[in-house]
Amino acid sequence: MAAIGTATSLGAITYAFDVRPEVAEQIESMGAEFVYLDFEEQSEDGAATGGYASPSSPEFREKQLAKFRELAPEVDIVITTALIPGRDAPKLWLADMVSAMKPGSVVVDLAAERGGNCELTTPDQKIISDNDVIVIGYTDFPSRMSAQSSTLYATNIRHMMADLTPDKDGQIFHNMEDDVIRGATVTHAGAVTFPPPAPKVQAIAAKSKEKVKEQTPEEIRAAEIAAFKQTTKHQVGLLAIGGLLLLAVGAYAPASFMQHFIVFVLSVFVGFQVIWNVSHSLHTPLMAVTNAISSIIILGAILQIGSPNVLVIVLSAVSVFFAGINIFGGFLVTRRMLAMFQKS
Amino acid sequence: MDLGFTTAVYVIAAILFILSLGGLSGQESAKRAVWFGIFGMALAVLATIVGPGTGLWQLTTALIVAGGVIGYLLASKVEMTQMPELVAGMHALVGLAAVFVGFNAHFELVNVLGMDPSAKKALEGFAALLAKKSAVEINILRVEASLGIWIGAVTFTGSVIAYGKLAGKVTSAATKLPGGHILNAIAAISSLACLVWYLNSGELLPLGILTVLALFIGFHLIMGIGGADMPVVVSMLNSYSGWAAAAIGFSLGNDLLIVVGALVGSSGAILSYIMCKAMNRSFISVILGGFGGTAGPQMEVEGEQIAIDADGVASALQDAESVVIIPGYGMAVAQAQQNVAELTRRLRTKGKTVRFAIHPVAGRLPGHMNVLLAEAKVPYDIVLEMDEINDDFPETDVAIVIGSNDIVNPAAQDDPNSPIAGMPVLECWKAKQVFVSKRGQGTGYSGIENPLFFKENTRMFYGDAKASLDQLLTLISNN
Repeated sequence: MAAIGTATSLGAITYAFDVRPEVAEQIESMGAEFVYLDFEEQSEDGAATGGYASPSSPEFREKQLAKFRELAPEVDIVITTALIPGRDAPKLWLADMVSAMKPGSVVVDLAAERGGNCELTTPDQKIISDNDVIVIGYTDFPSRMSAQSSTLYATNIRHMMADLTPDKDGQIFHNMEDDVIRGATVTHAGAVTFPPPAPKVQAIAAKSKEKVKEQTPEEIRAAEIAAFKQTTKHQVGLLAIGGLLLLAVGAYAPASFMQHFIVFVLSVFVGFQVIWNVSHSLHTPLMAVTNAISSIIILGAILQIGSPNVLVIVLSAVSVFFAGINIFGGFLVTRRMLAMFQKS
Repeated sequence: MDLGFTTAVYVIAAILFILSLGGLSGQESAKRAVWFGIFGMALAVLATIVGPGTGLWQLTTALIVAGGVIGYLLASKVEMTQMPELVAGMHALVGLAAVFVGFNAHFELVNVLGMDPSAKKALEGFAALLAKKSAVEINILRVEASLGIWIGAVTFTGSVIAYGKLAGKVTSAATKLPGGHILNAIAAISSLACLVWYLNSGELLPLGILTVLALFIGFHLIMGIGGADMPVVVSMLNSYSGWAAAAIGFSLGNDLLIVVGALVGSSGAILSYIMCKAMNRSFISVILGGFGGTAGPQMEVEGEQIAIDADGVASALQDAESVVIIPGYGMAVAQAQQNVAELTRRLRTKGKTVRFAIHPVAGRLPGHMNVLLAEAKVPYDIVLEMDEINDDFPETDVAIVIGSNDIVNPAAQDDPNSPIAGMPVLECWKAKQVFVSKRGQGTGYSGIENPLFFKENTRMFYGDAKASLDQLLTLISNN
């Protein structure tokens, strides 16, 4: 954290990467940019092992390296400090990345003691690669910078003390629930407490993300089935009511009526099926076109206009005239509107 | 030509009509679909004229041509902002035609019933059909005809009033006669009584009274509905004109009329349903007019409305990457769609993402905004529906509200006591910045205070929408 802060305050554009997603926020708060991987498997959450990276899955490593490779030509200084308890340091900065760096760039490998994160690292030595990149693999940084090491160590101990005396009265409160204190304890109250359980620091950001996504396939299926059942019930109910009504009408009405009635019911049904698919943006043309075709009433007037009754002729004639206006007006205006709809 | 041939043509026409409605599912297929409708109509009319039982075909043709000329003139002259009026006016014509045809059915019936059996045999066409009917069938015919007349009459006056309100010739406020809906209810019950009377007597008088009552209902019902509810009213009248045609189809025994009437009727019904859903109100409450009562005191709106001038809007637009424009009826009133389109074009040439968010009830007709924007040559693929765009507001830099109010009111979500609580709204306040182009500080149609105007990321861009945009366009260069 402090290193990032110093680097940014010196004016450097600083990138930082960590396997624990929850540090992203802290890193960004220090003014650096967190290097996100496009990786979805949240189980690779390094926080579960207490801040020390566990051997990552091959896919994760692939993504990680690809990202680093992308960054290599841009960066001047690389500081690595990735360690895995009880294992050799993971190789994260490969030879090709070093060769992609600008001449004069520096790689500081703080994990050199365990073989180093950089492929070119030789423990205890400062080497210069073919393209003039300096790879520092000293393992004795603490003694090379003894003043800073002492300050850092003292700060650590001071915070440890502060944690142990939460009431600030000099009385040690040995809180075994505290991950830090528990981890540092070997024996307590007459019992050997070593080794401590792996601390479980939950990644906050990742957790809330998971909660949203975490609808199991079973739950989704269950919801779908419930919705399906609901609509089935709904539809069957409607059909039953509609069918009963039809039967009731059929029981009393004469056959000649039923003939037309069936046509009517089917048309309403077709109408409902068809209109639901009409795009919302075309509702005005829809109204204009239904307007035009509802002038089909002109057929009624045409059929009646041949009557011997003068009044009937006049009324039919007026109807034909009105419907004529409507047919032409409706269709033309629909066409005019539709012609306006243009794609970009 | 005999009846069989005419029927065959009717089947083809019916299929063509269904296809012409189905084609409206997409912009491109719609352009083809309208020809199906035209062709279907031409077939149906031709087949009827040359078919059995008609006469005076010269007169018919002349009238159709004359009507066609008027229709053509109307259709080619009408401004797209006047579409709601045009549609409402045309519904009135269909309604009136239905009334006349229904009355004709009655006259013919009286005629035929008065004949002796030998004369009946000599009849042809519609009259011949009537002559064959039994007593029960005649009663059914009377019910059908009165139903057609009744719905037609309601449609007629209702549409005339809707037309008046939309054209600004009748006050758009909800006005009712003393007695309100009780009057409508009395009229409806009296109509029913007239129907029974007519069935028993078969005389013209009850039918006439029934018509007058229906005319009154249509007039009074629509007078009681405010301007902003017109999308529902117009689609409802659309539906009625269909049902009227279907009822007339029953009384004439004409299946094509029934099919088309049913198609139009269900189409209008679905449109009304969609509109009501978009306002989170029941159909009944819209028809009864006005907004429902509030459940408690509305939330106090805190903060103040902060004004901004064209310079501020222009510089924010220069910086923005994604812009969403929310047009409403105010844009249509101010005729600002061309300016909006021009602004869109300029911003798009600068490489910015500009999209439109359309609320289902924006404007005075379903889909009104889409047509206006299409007329102004805004490509339809950047004009999105509410559901499509609501999730994108948090990633939007600038949202511009032009002439809409209730459809962007956050109170619908935040304030359970608001009269529009639960109405789906466009969540434009989630954008980084919101500009509201509005004439003054007043509330919208519903009279509800809009907390959006008081939000911290909202700036009010006062003035007539068209003038404001003109000013803005001078500040945003053409390239």
